Amino acid sequence: MRFLLVEDSRELADAVASRLAMEGHAVDHAATLGDAREFLDSAPYDLILLDISLPDGDGRDFLARERSARRDTAVIMMTASASVGDRVLTLDQGADDYITKPFDFAELQARCRAVLRRRDGAADSRRHFAGFTFDALAASITIGPETRELRARELRLLEILLSRPGQAFSKSHLIDRLFSFDEEVSDNAIEVYVGRLRRKLEGSGARLETLRGVGYRLFPE
Amino acid sequence: MIRTMMRPGGGVSLRRRLVWQFILLSAVLVAGLAFTVGWVADRASRASQDAVLGAAVTAVADGIRSVDDGLELELPYGTFSMLGAMGEERIFYAVRVDGDPATGYDDLPMPPMPPEGLVPVFWSTDFRDARLRLASVSRSLLIEDRARQVVVTLGQTRHGQAAIARDTARSAAWAAAAFMALALPVALLAAGAVLGPIRRLAQVVAARGPRDLRPVRHQTPRELQPLLRSINGLIARLRAALEMTETFIFEAAHRIRTPLSLVRTEAELALSETDDPATAARLRRIVRAVGESSRSANQILDHAMVLYRSDQFAAGPLDIAAIVQEVVRATAPIAEMREIEVTTEGLALPVQMHGDARMFEIALRNLMDNALKYTPSEGHVHVAIRPSRTELRIEVLDDGRGIEGDPAALVARFRRGGNVGDTGGSGLGLTIVSEVAAAHGGRLIVAPRETGGTCAALSFPWA
Repeated sequence: MRFLLVEDSRELADAVASRLAMEGHAVDHAATLGDAREFLDSAPYDLILLDISLPDGDGRDFLARERSARRDTAVIMMTASASVGDRVLTLDQGADDYITKPFDFAELQARCRAVLRRRDGAADSRRHFAGFTFDALAASITIGPETRELRARELRLLEILLSRPGQAFSKSHLIDRLFSFDEEVSDNAIEVYVGRLRRKLEGSGARLETLRGVGYRLFPE
Repeated sequence: MIRTMMRPGGGVSLRRRLVWQFILLSAVLVAGLAFTVGWVADRASRASQDAVLGAAVTAVADGIRSVDDGLELELPYGTFSMLGAMGEERIFYAVRVDGDPATGYDDLPMPPMPPEGLVPVFWSTDFRDARLRLASVSRSLLIEDRARQVVVTLGQTRHGQAAIARDTARSAAWAAAAFMALALPVALLAAGAVLGPIRRLAQVVAARGPRDLRPVRHQTPRELQPLLRSINGLIARLRAALEMTETFIFEAAHRIRTPLSLVRTEAELALSETDDPATAARLRRIVRAVGESSRSANQILDHAMVLYRSDQFAAGPLDIAAIVQEVVRATAPIAEMREIEVTTEGLALPVQMHGDARMFEIALRNLMDNALKYTPSEGHVHVAIRPSRTELRIEVLDDGRGIEGDPAALVARFRRGGNVGDTGGSGLGLTIVSEVAAAHGGRLIVAPRETGGTCAALSFPWA
């Protein structure tokens, strides 16, 4: 997916962009609302991550202007305040959702998916790999005529493995990305999801391989 | 607070002052009344005495006839007995012919001005240690062929008359005093009534919560308006100061959360780059700690908001089903992420309630966060609105690890269950929920479910 990140802190923007790149997203960074306007004029984005206080204005006013100009790229507000009042206000002004800083990237990913799904997929969310088509928004893989539904963690696991095909991911890395950090997860939990995904991928021409002592990787057979 | 603020002013009691003023004024009025009644009674008795005296002296003068060898006086005993009926009075009389004593008491004083004819002249004087009222008339008589001026003077003591006047005055004074004594409770009541509006205003101000900064809207008499205005002025200044603090908190939250986000994101990036398990463990702890601090901050802000709104209480009609629906929708991505199935019941139709929608949203959000946090992957959370005949219940049922220990104790501030393990949390969540319930006349009931897991229910009796 292509993100526009509107955030005035250069360091945070870089870190968030790197972190989103890890999820396989392309991210452009605008440090001001003026820059954001220029980015939006020059390229289509699937989603805007919009901070509230920016050097040249309030993100909420920017959003309100965007909406009144009938430009309706999906927007997730990044708020520093978790107050219900702020949230109601941002949603009233046309934000699709909001996320409180500092955010959990797994949650952000889930929210982005929910927003895009609700909007009926702004961009083509399908991806072809080996012998199957993966639709992240529909949470399904299609092998020939057959469509198989993926559960949330199978989907997430497939997304991670597909972000760098052929590369091995360690168990602990997958656990960090698949589960929220405050969940209590045993090291073996990942095996359950790998097993399930492997079954879903049967006949897809892709192989989910266990590398003993190293981790897992996905590659075309 | 009101009380301690009034102390430095000397603690003068307006009520006591009013009562004392009433008593003093009453005493003066009673004395004045007694004096006036005495004076009037004295005048009245004198007038009646004068009438009798006048009639008597005229009768005496009528009874004087000139005879060959001088004058003949025929005392009118009927008239004297009338004088005697006026009490234990003594009577003196004197008849003078051309100024020379003819009969009676020679030393009885002469009138201050000579009477002309039968129109009596009245005056008072002291005679033989007694106060006398006197009347004189004069007649011309031919005595021994000479026209002579005969002056008849009749005096009567005033013992009885004065006593009657005094008695009357005393009775009047007693009656007035009794009247005032009866009026005293009325005066106390009146003082109370006058001070009532002040007391009520004090009660209205004192009954306010510490965060209620709306202007005082209270019907007060015109005289109390300046006081009310200065109270409201103070409140307005306080609110302005508080609003500045709120802006400051928002700004501070923003300033703190941005670097926290950086810490968390960098730690996650570092985590993906390290191969060293020990470093990875440290980085995980950092990420977890950042998550916890931000969650605690959220809950502290929520808590402050709930307390603030409990006092403000912007209540109105609301559709609780829609609020529950919205909270379920907002938390859906988190549930999905954890593969927790969320089912709902009783949300299809509007359920009307009276209350503060934001507070309900905060409460339900906290209940939902809790349920999702303690429910394992592939677990199930059920959210239901169940109206019954006596109450409205909003239930959040999870099949998590349940609760250990006394469920009621969990509601205490910063208290967490005995079995939370590593799950992050500040322990404020249920306190917030319980305060929202209490502000709406309901309560939070947390109980283990028979099938395992926890049932958190908000129960509101129908008003």
